Amino acid sequence: MTKFTVRIQEADFSLEHEYQAVLAGKAEAGAVVSFVGLVRDFNDGRNVTGLKLEHYPGMTEKALNDIVQQASERWQLQAATVIHRVGQLSLAEQIVLVIVTSAHRGDAFDACEFIMDFLKTQAPFWKKETTDNGEFWVVAKSADQDKAKTW
Amino acid sequence: MITVLFFAQLREQLQCDKLQLDDYPQTVAELRAMLGKKSPLWSELLVSDTALAAVNQTISHDQVSLNSGDEVAFFPPVTGG
Repeated sequence: MTKFTVRIQEADFSLEHEYQAVLAGKAEAGAVVSFVGLVRDFNDGRNVTGLKLEHYPGMTEKALNDIVQQASERWQLQAATVIHRVGQLSLAEQIVLVIVTSAHRGDAFDACEFIMDFLKTQAPFWKKETTDNGEFWVVAKSADQDKAKTW
Repeated sequence: MITVLFFAQLREQLQCDKLQLDDYPQTVAELRAMLGKKSPLWSELLVSDTALAAVNQTISHDQVSLNSGDEVAFFPPVTGG
């Protein structure tokens, strides 16, 4: 039985705290894979000063739970944590955290990448970049769609 | 009655975040067409363009049927992560 944690929050998160929480009381995990996404300092040649992240409350949690559920059906996972921030974020701030634990590294690596690939194409979040020249909605990349289709 | 929500740049372009419709058609495709009659902009963004649709918080294709109490959302391709 996989232990799922999905949270949407404005506040920052601590990788160390979540790492300890996901392993707490479990001795069977042989591998932990984590991914943290950050606000980058430029995109398509514009100087980005920050991001506003909008989401669809309710559907976001549902979509992320569905993605984690699919991952747990494909790989042997003990636990999975997904935390995604919303609201105003500054440069270099953390946006998203995925942690997956499994008996073996192969399942943990694959499941973590799968969750991120589907999060990027299925979960209802939208980024608006704040730049020196104004605010711009980020355009979805076809490469992300192509990557998700490889699973 | 159904509730229709709009998100991100779609909400900004349409200057509308929510509609409540007592009269609604049978499918998502027909809802796009009905809303598209509001103006050329609505038609462009909901009929010609590729706004995604979700019915009751699940991404849905255009032939999904609508029922009273449904929450329908239209939004652009997602860009989280």
